Amino acid sequence: MVALFIEIKNVSKKFKNHDQEFDVLKDINLEIQKGDIFGIIGFSGAGKSTLIRCINRLETVSSGTIHIGNHEIDKLSKKGMNLYRQKIGMIFQHFNLFDSRTVYGNVAFPLEVAGKSKQEIKRRVTEILELVNISDKKDFYPGQLSGGQKQRVGIARALANNPDILLSDEATSALDPVTSLSVLDLLKDINKKLGITIILITHSLDVIKYTCNNMAVLEDGLIAENGSVRKIFAKPSSETAKVFIKNNADLAKFDYLGGGDGI
Amino acid sequence: MREFLAQVFSAEVWGYVLPATWQTIYMTAISTAITIFFGLLFGILLYITDKDGLHPLPIFNKIFGAIINSVLSLPSMIVILLFLPLSKMIVGVSYGPKAFIVSLSIVCIPIFSRMVENSVLEVAKGKVEAAKAMGASNLDIIFKVMLPESLPTLIRNFVVLTITLISITAIAGSFGAGGLGELAVRFGYHRYRSDILAAVIIVLLVVVECLQLFGASISKKILKKRHLV
Ligand SMILES: Nc1ncnc2c1ncn2[C@@H]1O[C@H](COP(=O)(O)OP(=O)(O)O)[C@@H](O)[C@H]1O
Ligand SMILES: [Mg+2]
Repeated sequence: MVALFIEIKNVSKKFKNHDQEFDVLKDINLEIQKGDIFGIIGFSGAGKSTLIRCINRLETVSSGTIHIGNHEIDKLSKKGMNLYRQKIGMIFQHFNLFDSRTVYGNVAFPLEVAGKSKQEIKRRVTEILELVNISDKKDFYPGQLSGGQKQRVGIARALANNPDILLSDEATSALDPVTSLSVLDLLKDINKKLGITIILITHSLDVIKYTCNNMAVLEDGLIAENGSVRKIFAKPSSETAKVFIKNNADLAKFDYLGGGDGI
Repeated sequence: MREFLAQVFSAEVWGYVLPATWQTIYMTAISTAITIFFGLLFGILLYITDKDGLHPLPIFNKIFGAIINSVLSLPSMIVILLFLPLSKMIVGVSYGPKAFIVSLSIVCIPIFSRMVENSVLEVAKGKVEAAKAMGASNLDIIFKVMLPESLPTLIRNFVVLTITLISITAIAGSFGAGGLGELAVRFGYHRYRSDILAAVIIVLLVVVECLQLFGASISKKILKKRHLV
């Protein structure tokens, strides 16, 4: 079960704006095991989104390599990249569903793109809508759904092509605590059932604590520390992790008084 | 007044106005079809070749954008005259509705290209990202995401385009294109036939109003179906 799956080696990313250069990722090294739920936490602007966007090549790295299984992803051709992306699902903070398509049509989209037949699409969409428990909304448009329902559709759409990896960029940040929990439960559930490796970005420690086995703390484009969630919670070494854990404890007290939102 | 109204709706007046109306509709319809085809093509081309687009080609984009803008910045009357010789080469005549279709399309293609570009630019960036992340090709993104998502806006722009075209056919009318524009100049202006002028105005008002209502209602219907209003 424990097998190295995603290997990020010496990855740096620079953005050029006009004549200025920004080092957004600085020499990132990470190893993620197959079947893991891996959390990446950091303050806003730390480079979390940029990092996972490098994994499905929505961004290209400036230097360094990313291996997934036996593939070095920065060596893929354009066509190869599209095939490869079909095997990596992604979900977003603002869902990014297509308003012109029903729930069914949204989930069918990646299958159409992969060139599946009509029957195959129908079979798969039905199956996957059942898995995320939203079959009854099949003919609804995104405009008719609540945030939690939208994210379920987002997850269904991301899973349609049986991906090996699911990338989650703040997928619960726009949801209320109770809905967040149910979405996180769903992620844990599909990780268990399908064995999908999940990489989850968040700025909430509770999300990590509730969902992940391993984690990395990203601080200004650097990995400040990484390891098992339990270990880091017990003995944080980075400034960011300490601040997060302290704030979390304060929030918990606040929660006890009846305010604040846990997740 | 009564007499004037009776004259406006007389068989004599409509004997002039109806054929001219058909000429205007004919010119507008065919130019619209041509404009939609090239406008969609060019608008999408502008969008995808932008430096932040799906397939950046910055130099091509700059040059192409400059050509579009230069046609846009010339008065329609000048563009019509400028392209009449080309019209003649393509359709063989240089007068009548047919001759002006090429010129009219050339006036309108840059307008509609920019409209299309702006409509697809309105589609949230996140949707394009999501499609890319699912391994969609650029063609998939254009035909399965950009165009369907922006359809309500495209329809509204399409109506504005058609109305613009009608008014430009009137300018073409004063150079021998026929249609309502020519009628208005020939009878309304040169022969002081205010009854014919009034009938022309009535037809234009009705046609434009119908188009407006039709476009707005289809656009609204789509938005309603998608539960976006
Ligand atoms: N396309 C881009 N061009 C220039 N700078 C960018 C771009 N994308 C992200 N950045 C910058 O990179 C930094 C990290 O952004 P991001 O990865 O989105 O952080 P996070 O997800 O942790 O909030 C930010 O300072 C942001 O402004
Ligand atoms: Mg982010």
